[in-house]
Amino acid sequence: MDKHSWAWFHRFASPPYLYKVAGLLSPWFMWAAILLIAAGLYGGLWSSPPDYQQGDGFRIIYIHVPSAYLSMMCYSIVAIASAVGLIWRLKLAHAVAVAAAPLGASFTFLALITGSLWGKPMWGTFWVWDARLTSELILLFLYFGFIALNRAYEDRRSGDRAGAVLALVGVVNLPIIHYSVVWWNSLHQGSTKFFGNDAEIAASMLVPLLLMIFGFTCFFFACLLKRVQAEVLERERNAAWTAEVV
Amino acid sequence: MRRGPRKWCEMKSLHEFLTMGGYAIYVWPAYIIAAVVMIVNLMLPAGRLKRLKAEIRRRRSINP
Repeated sequence: MDKHSWAWFHRFASPPYLYKVAGLLSPWFMWAAILLIAAGLYGGLWSSPPDYQQGDGFRIIYIHVPSAYLSMMCYSIVAIASAVGLIWRLKLAHAVAVAAAPLGASFTFLALITGSLWGKPMWGTFWVWDARLTSELILLFLYFGFIALNRAYEDRRSGDRAGAVLALVGVVNLPIIHYSVVWWNSLHQGSTKFFGNDAEIAASMLVPLLLMIFGFTCFFFACLLKRVQAEVLERERNAAWTAEVV
Repeated sequence: MRRGPRKWCEMKSLHEFLTMGGYAIYVWPAYIIAAVVMIVNLMLPAGRLKRLKAEIRRRRSINP
């Protein structure tokens, strides 16, 4: 790496630099996640009062909403990294997309399963083929498709490109998920207004929910950075620099 | 979710906490599944990194 490089950003295109920075940052995200989630769990499960309509059943919200949010946030990361990889032919961008996809799939799964466990007592059913639920399920299949297509080629670059194209096509699903509760009649409740004088959520619920959202996000980045490290190391296993980090 | 009573530290019993006001069979599995998924998410990349490093070390030692 050229020490006198004027464009600091270009360093992120250097595998050893990305590997090193990811390794340095990951533990910090992990500690932040542990603190935030611990505080969120205390507030969410213990100190906040039951909902006036849903009793204690609403407490699934503290994992359902962060998971659902991460499922979509992660897909944007996959899509943006894929676009960068396709446009600038940046191999590391593809590595980031590949590293993020399984994480995104796991949070999509969590959003679906926790939603299902919430739906049973409130709606009377684990599942309905409703717009919000169906589009979130499609998101899960998009992740699976991306992962499968990426691995389907002998040549890694072909797999990277094919997966990236699929990821970009799938972006159309994100606004569909977001607006599904507006565009279609849905069992799923609409968006809740978090802030302002007409906020629709009590502070005792909002604070733990925000703690959990930030906690999950930090956890996500801690895991993503570790996965990026593994992905970079695997792709670069024959490069000389790897001798210094193993 | 509508505006509930604005109480910060409502005292509740351990029993109330464990039974989740009758919703225990929905709330606790959700939290347990989330915990399992997150722990797996932590362990998978750590294990993969460890294996990769071992493999790279092995190859270096055979063919430095």
